[in-house]
Amino acid sequence: MRAFGTFFDRNIRAAWWALRQWSGDAAYENYLRSAARKAPAAGPPLLSQAEFYRQGLERKYSQVSRCC
Amino acid sequence: MKRLLKVLLWVAVALAGAVALAAIAFARGEPLNATWFIVAAVCTYLVAYRFYSAFLAARVLALDNQRATPAERLDDGRDFVPTNKWVLMGHHFAAIAGPGPLVGPTLAAQFGYLPGTLWLIAGAVLGGCVQDFVILFCSIRRNGKSLGQMAREEVSRRGGMIALLAVLAIMVILLAVVGLVVVNALKASPWGTFTLAMTIPIAMLMGLYMRFWRPGKVLEASAIGVALVLFAVVAGQWVNASPSWARVFTLSAPALALAIILYGYAASALPVWLLLAPRDYLSAFIKVGAVWALAAGILIVRPTVEMPALTRFIDGTGPVFAGKVFPFCFITIACGAVSGFHALISSGTTPKMITREGHARLVGYGSMLMESFVGVMAMVAACALSPGIYFAINSPAAIVGQTAEAAAVTITSWGYPLQASTMHELARQVGEQTLLNRTGGAPSLAVGMAHIFSRTLGGDRLLGIWYHFAIMFEALFILTVLDAGTRVGRFMVQELLAHVWKPLGRTGWYPSILLNSAVIVAAWGYFLLQGVLDPLGGINSLWPLFGIANQLLAAVALVVATTILLKMGRLRWLWVTLVPMVWLVTVTMTASYQKIFHVNPRIGFLAGANDLAQQLQSGAIPAERIAETGRQIFNFRLDAAVTGVLAAMVLVLLVEALHEWYRILSKRKVPVQHEAPYVVTRLAEGD
Repeated sequence: MRAFGTFFDRNIRAAWWALRQWSGDAAYENYLRSAARKAPAAGPPLLSQAEFYRQGLERKYSQVSRCC
Repeated sequence: MKRLLKVLLWVAVALAGAVALAAIAFARGEPLNATWFIVAAVCTYLVAYRFYSAFLAARVLALDNQRATPAERLDDGRDFVPTNKWVLMGHHFAAIAGPGPLVGPTLAAQFGYLPGTLWLIAGAVLGGCVQDFVILFCSIRRNGKSLGQMAREEVSRRGGMIALLAVLAIMVILLAVVGLVVVNALKASPWGTFTLAMTIPIAMLMGLYMRFWRPGKVLEASAIGVALVLFAVVAGQWVNASPSWARVFTLSAPALALAIILYGYAASALPVWLLLAPRDYLSAFIKVGAVWALAAGILIVRPTVEMPALTRFIDGTGPVFAGKVFPFCFITIACGAVSGFHALISSGTTPKMITREGHARLVGYGSMLMESFVGVMAMVAACALSPGIYFAINSPAAIVGQTAEAAAVTITSWGYPLQASTMHELARQVGEQTLLNRTGGAPSLAVGMAHIFSRTLGGDRLLGIWYHFAIMFEALFILTVLDAGTRVGRFMVQELLAHVWKPLGRTGWYPSILLNSAVIVAAWGYFLLQGVLDPLGGINSLWPLFGIANQLLAAVALVVATTILLKMGRLRWLWVTLVPMVWLVTVTMTASYQKIFHVNPRIGFLAGANDLAQQLQSGAIPAERIAETGRQIFNFRLDAAVTGVLAAMVLVLLVEALHEWYRILSKRKVPVQHEAPYVVTRLAEGD
């Protein structure tokens, strides 16, 4: 029963993680993680979540992002 | 032992696919269950993915998992982001799957289920998936460059300009034709119009939520949005039942077209976070949810396919659109089999997010297999309707008449029995005034989906809700294509007009935004109004034009892919892109020629114009219709010119590519590739 619970829990977590990645909900966290991997002084100052979101949308919808 | 079991398993899958394909190909007259379609498609996809895509990955493209991708090398956490392959597959699938794989197969069902189904399956595994996969690979090796950039660098400078113009042309025609599909689905339908109208304030509410209250919280906002949209679908029946409210939301086709044109302009000119982006999120969730629900519904209900394998309309006299099964079946179904538009996605955001080269197989080839399956499901949903009902919904009034009684007589005379009372009862059940003459494919698909859903949940009592859920689902993501496409079209127009006057190219300058938005909206709006006012329903002219444009873009993509393979020294494997390219060029050139020069006025644009001109001269046109007829003549000639220009552009690119290939093969030119330098990955084995 415990093994089933662990299996269930692991899959629910994986599905939630995938949903957040797919939907863009986790995009800002990915951005912060990517910035942290690099030398902090190397790049421009980090964007706020609101600014990151706004700029991301501007870039996404200035090229073909949806097909027929 | 394990190996033997694997071999036996794949033999079993291949045999099951072959048996199912034989069942749908050779069934004549006896009822056929939809399960055969699902088994045939899924088994073919499994075999194609396991063997053909593996061959492409290993032998043709030689994917190298030790080579760092742009996502790793240029990782900026924004555009270039190494992404889990399954998540990226979901992204890519959501981007490529639009209304095309639903509408195209529904329209092509007029030939019977067989031609369209075989083309969906074979076209995808041998053409569409290959195109998406190879272009994705080429773009990954070139730091995520676009199709236009690759055409310019690998084929010729003119190739790049042709690709840009082809994309702009296809965009204009695509937006017009999908707008027309929405108009035909919503005209005189207060329930549907109310539901779709409500998605605008709902999307704006989501936009404000994600911009100011909870920045970037897409899942929270989408959950609120989806709940409100589903409530709007239910609330639509109360609007429909209220005479005063129903009057407000009952719009004629021209009024709806104008509303859609205004909407497109607003969505292009307003800040992207306010309307366009939240609507896209909403649409993505509902689209993926509805597609899975349809798959589950078909598996649970396993409907019987009522449409024959082949109808009499393979001879070119079809009421939905005119033209013989060859070449018109193959341009009517573009998305779902081969779609040039996918090459723009495969050379857009996806190559910048792929973690390893080896993932391109799942993302490029695998996603297109899923889209093909969506097309097969749409074909099943359309063919599960009785043929009489299918033709009554999809045929224009000029062919079957404006009343259910007239339509029943005409359609029964074709050999597909239909009673007028059936159409009245069906319209009543789904909460519409009429379902007659609703060309465009969306309403008949919605009826098919509603039947499948209601047999799974709710029975006939919920038929109206399910019908309007399906209409909302189709119209919602069609409008998403429309507003996102208008915005991208505006950027393209800005890029072109910047050559005339530089400030017009400034994307942040508001006068330029307003002017360029007006230019692109006027372009597709013109074709949309042309379709709405066309007595033959508009789809007869516009959908083939869209199919030709889309398949010509696929030919452009395959020309670029073949050139790159040649430069890579893969002469032995050139056929993998060359064969689909030759097929597409043959199909589209034949279709283009017939759409321009065919002597049948329903097929040939010039014959249509001449026929009307003769009627004008002979005085057969009543005085009140003279101005309208003059416009129609002009529109036919314009359509002929557009088709001719598209075909000519592709021929020019083809000649340039053949010249390039000749110079490489005859060693007159040393092939130069424009790949990014090789860098070894730093990622760990399991990443």
